[in-house]
Amino acid sequence: MSDTPVIGVLALQGDVREHLIALAAADAVAREVRRPEELAEVDGLVIPGGESTTISKLAVLFGVMEPLRARVRAGMPVYGTCAGMIMLADKILDPRSGQETVGGIDMIVRRNAFGRQNESFEAAVDVKGVEGDAVEGVFIRAPWVESVGAGAEVLAEHDGHIVAVRQGRALATSFHPELTGDHRVHGLFVDMVRANRTAESL
Amino acid sequence: MSNTLPNSAQPVESPATGTARVKRGMAEQLKGGVIMDVVTPDQAKIAEDAGAVAVMALERVPADIRKDGGVARMSDPDMIEGIIEAVSIPVMAKSRIGHFVEAQVLQSLGVDYIDESEVLTPADEVNHSDKWAFTTPFVCGATNLGEALRRIAEGAAMIRSKGEAGTGNVVEAVRHLRQIKNEIARLRGYDNNELYAAAKELRAPYELVKEVAELGKLPVVLFSAGGVATPADAALMRQLGAEGVFVGSGIFKSGDPAKRAAAIVKATTFYDDPKIVADASRNLGEAMVGINCDTLPEAERYANRGW
Repeated sequence: MSDTPVIGVLALQGDVREHLIALAAADAVAREVRRPEELAEVDGLVIPGGESTTISKLAVLFGVMEPLRARVRAGMPVYGTCAGMIMLADKILDPRSGQETVGGIDMIVRRNAFGRQNESFEAAVDVKGVEGDAVEGVFIRAPWVESVGAGAEVLAEHDGHIVAVRQGRALATSFHPELTGDHRVHGLFVDMVRANRTAESL
Repeated sequence: MSNTLPNSAQPVESPATGTARVKRGMAEQLKGGVIMDVVTPDQAKIAEDAGAVAVMALERVPADIRKDGGVARMSDPDMIEGIIEAVSIPVMAKSRIGHFVEAQVLQSLGVDYIDESEVLTPADEVNHSDKWAFTTPFVCGATNLGEALRRIAEGAAMIRSKGEAGTGNVVEAVRHLRQIKNEIARLRGYDNNELYAAAKELRAPYELVKEVAELGKLPVVLFSAGGVATPADAALMRQLGAEGVFVGSGIFKSGDPAKRAAAIVKATTFYDDPKIVADASRNLGEAMVGINCDTLPEAERYANRGW
């Protein structure tokens, strides 16, 4: 087994390209995942930013939702940004009719909580587990986490709202590290995938 | 021109709204998706249910603007607000070219993107709006690379190839997207000495020309628009290099809008899988009738508006 983990980016819609670049920069082999058979071949998965309603619908329509839930339940590391955070929430506060999530993190997420595009912003965010300076947080029509269950750890807050969470092998941020050129958060995730591979091969 | 480089490490006030990174980043989230023209809240819901990543709120789709003639303007604020309330996906709306007051109104209504659009009747025959002056990001049309870069220099955070709106004919969309992609490919082959002359020829800022030559792509997201009517049309534009598609009259001027909308979304995601595009193309009912672009008088070609 090669030491370089293979990490997929769910490529149904969204800023897939930026995640592929960030993962490659963080020393992973990155590839697009649109089909169940492609999902089966990766060690971890990123669910990108995009429109959560669109991603959810396409995932159900093309048969990726159930296999994805199964793999997350079985412990595959996942990382979701913005729409991806919504997809990893066990519960959405105000879902659109029929909007399903993958789940994996015991949290309640409020969609577009920081407002519409005119309220989208950049701010420095201190993320637990990321060494050095604060991360440049790019928040675009971003969600926040209303509350987390006992198993989930809050990694970052902005303005009193939870914007980064980790539960076991699942990681989620309201903001978009993939848009900044700073790959430390992706590095954290790649480390999670690598640790999981080592644990599984023992 | 540091404000054209969202990834350069410039310190920003924290928190900062309306930055180039936030505006361009918004368009990055739309990639791989379909943006649909809608004229009522009900149509907006149909679009959202079909998997649209955003809707364009307007009073008349381009096909009707063509038919009705007269001056086409920004839509009624009540109508735009009705659509904003009806859906949770982003809502875009159109201002006339150079009509920066219409753009100010749209920003105050809280739309997520402003399309400074040639589909409406231009308000200024010399100047486009100064888009850096707004918090709301802009998308603009372009028929070639120089036009795209001039719009980006004015602050556009997203570009769409123009095509010929309201015709249901993809030929102009193909022409404009190929033109932009070909010109980018040509820049890639230039050495530094040649980029100054290229900038002059493109009538675009040298810094932007250099950036495109280095990136091999525009510094903002590039969608395709103007004539997409079928799932195969959408997949064609994606295979030609569009990062997503706008569909105007093609959906709600067809026989079964909900079905066609969902089919175009599927074909846009799986644009490189002919089996899925084939399945998406089955039993969609009547497509919009369409217009042959070579019989269209020069004065009725929207793509000629803007420069």
